[in-house]
Amino acid sequence: MELSGGEIVMEALRREGVEHIFGYPGGAALHIYDALYQQDAVEHILVRHEQGAVHAADGYARATGKPGVVLVTSGPGVTNCVTGIATANMDSIPMVVLSGQVATKAIGSDAFQECDAVGITRPCVKHNFLVDRIEDLADVMAKAFYVATSGRPGPVLVDIPKDITAPHIKVPFEYPEQIRMRSYNPTVKGHPGQIRKAVDLLLSAERPMIYSGGGVILGDASEELTALTRELGYPITNTLMGLGAYPATDEQFVGMLGMHGTYEANMGMHECDVLFAIGVRFDDRVTGELEHFCPHARIVHIDVDPASISKNVHVDVPIVGEVRHVLADMHKVVQASERRPDQQALETWWGQIRRWAATDCLAYDREADVIKPQYVIEKLYELTKDSETYVTSDVGQHQMFAAQFYKFDKPRRWINSGGLGTMGFGLPSAMGVKLAHPDATVVCVTGEASIQMCIQELSTMKQYDLPVVIVNLNNRYMGMVRQWQEFFYSKRYSHSYVDALPDFVALAESFGHRGVRVENKADVEGVLREALERRGEVTFLDFITDQTENVYPMIAAGKGHHEMHLSSDRELA
Amino acid sequence: MRHIISLLLENESGALSRVSGLFSARGYNLESVTVAPTNDRSLSRMTIVTSGTDEIVEQITKQLNKLVDVVRLSDLTESSHIERELLLIKVRAEGTGREEIRSLVDIFRGQIVDVTDKSYIIQLTGDGQKIDAFMNALGEHSILEVARSGSTGIARGERVLRY
Repeated sequence: MELSGGEIVMEALRREGVEHIFGYPGGAALHIYDALYQQDAVEHILVRHEQGAVHAADGYARATGKPGVVLVTSGPGVTNCVTGIATANMDSIPMVVLSGQVATKAIGSDAFQECDAVGITRPCVKHNFLVDRIEDLADVMAKAFYVATSGRPGPVLVDIPKDITAPHIKVPFEYPEQIRMRSYNPTVKGHPGQIRKAVDLLLSAERPMIYSGGGVILGDASEELTALTRELGYPITNTLMGLGAYPATDEQFVGMLGMHGTYEANMGMHECDVLFAIGVRFDDRVTGELEHFCPHARIVHIDVDPASISKNVHVDVPIVGEVRHVLADMHKVVQASERRPDQQALETWWGQIRRWAATDCLAYDREADVIKPQYVIEKLYELTKDSETYVTSDVGQHQMFAAQFYKFDKPRRWINSGGLGTMGFGLPSAMGVKLAHPDATVVCVTGEASIQMCIQELSTMKQYDLPVVIVNLNNRYMGMVRQWQEFFYSKRYSHSYVDALPDFVALAESFGHRGVRVENKADVEGVLREALERRGEVTFLDFITDQTENVYPMIAAGKGHHEMHLSSDRELA
Repeated sequence: MRHIISLLLENESGALSRVSGLFSARGYNLESVTVAPTNDRSLSRMTIVTSGTDEIVEQITKQLNKLVDVVRLSDLTESSHIERELLLIKVRAEGTGREEIRSLVDIFRGQIVDVTDKSYIIQLTGDGQKIDAFMNALGEHSILEVARSGSTGIARGERVLRY
């Protein structure tokens, strides 16, 4: 079979099982777009801005586990992708970005819409390729998918000069069945000796704590995590990225940890004697001040990426491998062991955790007349908990409220930009999730500042009929910025007030959607229910919320897990 | 502590900038880098001289290993090794100074590889300390131009870095 470069790209996508790609055409990508036009295995979603394409592919990947695929042109096409690529890179999301490039001969001549795509994206991809010969194209495509999806996943960019995809130049097509790369061999199974050591340490714990993260979701290891955690009977906390990996409604779950985590999770971290860290990277928003981090604990850490181990915090028993395999192997060793967890010590420990939990650290003023953002999330949770629901968010206070108040029982249901903290992520990623799961309910929890960063995608949602419910917690402030300015800058609200906001109802309607403004607390539940029931259209719910609400509890920067702040009028005993 | 890390990496455009980009992005210290293809033309060998605490150097080696273009890596400073740097130096050489410089070159086992009536070019190999010592002995006033290669190295004995 002889194929042109454009046809090779499409054929490679088909062989990789890609059903949807997100993109935006332009000069250098036109040959590929022409090949795309002449096939029907891959459906293309035309976005309104390349950043939206990358976030949509990212949401698609997070919700399915399959790699998200993006197709854009050279120059501004690919520079517009950078924020999205960096977002995916920080959260280890499998993704392949295909970018057109000016013709090989024009590279380096400052040609029209030329930029050094490989150079610009190098620091924010797992790997990238510039294809300089059509003979290499099929191989590079296969390598790109392999690298993006194996080991610690991540975005891979393939930059393809226009002459490589020209329709009249055809080469014999052969797609590699299997990829072997001498320079890239991710570890799959954990070392048996380390696994035994880890189990010994875990079973010797008197005050154990399980701390699991996004790696469990990326590695599809929820079942293994849940089984082992239940077998051990230990308390478990999840990171922001790990929510849903362990059922939030389970009694062993003590909530999210970190800067806005629960009091019981953070105190549990501070007081534990053995910490079992799984698919986490000891991020600063999770650990607080490293000097005070888990001062009494010996630490077991499983991660597929050796560079994550002992990066920020020294680990006593490191295990490199895919969490799913390592957890399953550990479970077998635990079951085969004659040793059992010390039930008496564990009971005392649980007693302590329950006392911490009795603080009810997520309490807020439920009697308030204004709409509290927490109240909206609680109602949303009540109305959607029994159905197949995915929640995406943007970045800021609303993201934290969603993480705290929505109880995710399943993996891949909570989709947010944790590492990079990208405002503008919520709406396009919801679009990608809806495309992947058309029968599920998809809700985008956002704020009036974040939503405006990629609001153009409302148009894409109309075109492709992707009915998402948008829950806009509109407090007329960049809430998290305002909160920090209130706490740490003597209430000097420098540029955190969003003046001249659009009329979101009219705006949604102008895109052909339904918009509802909600100003009364009594209406919250009703409008939410109605929006969720109307399955065929995008509803933009603009909740006018309390302007001064803050996210509590909170660990201020530079403080340890034991130095939480409960709220403005509640201090810890 | 100072470390010499040798890498075998895919001989591809961009591989060098992946390595140097890693050092600048993560704020690691980079004293010198040398790189050239090996007997296997598909591989380049790079030698990096860096310094940092044990934790930092461990991270450096892990991060380097994580780069998709890096095939093999070895921290030469972990065992006995040979380290060499090449110095090409152009010095002022006039009158009685010419004889003085020649005896200095002999002491350091260097070679004079180019001569004019006013200058010499001297070639010297050795570890960085030897080269520093030679340049100090020459004195700042006589040095016209310096070209140092940066260090390269190889482990002693049976230990081999190859693919």
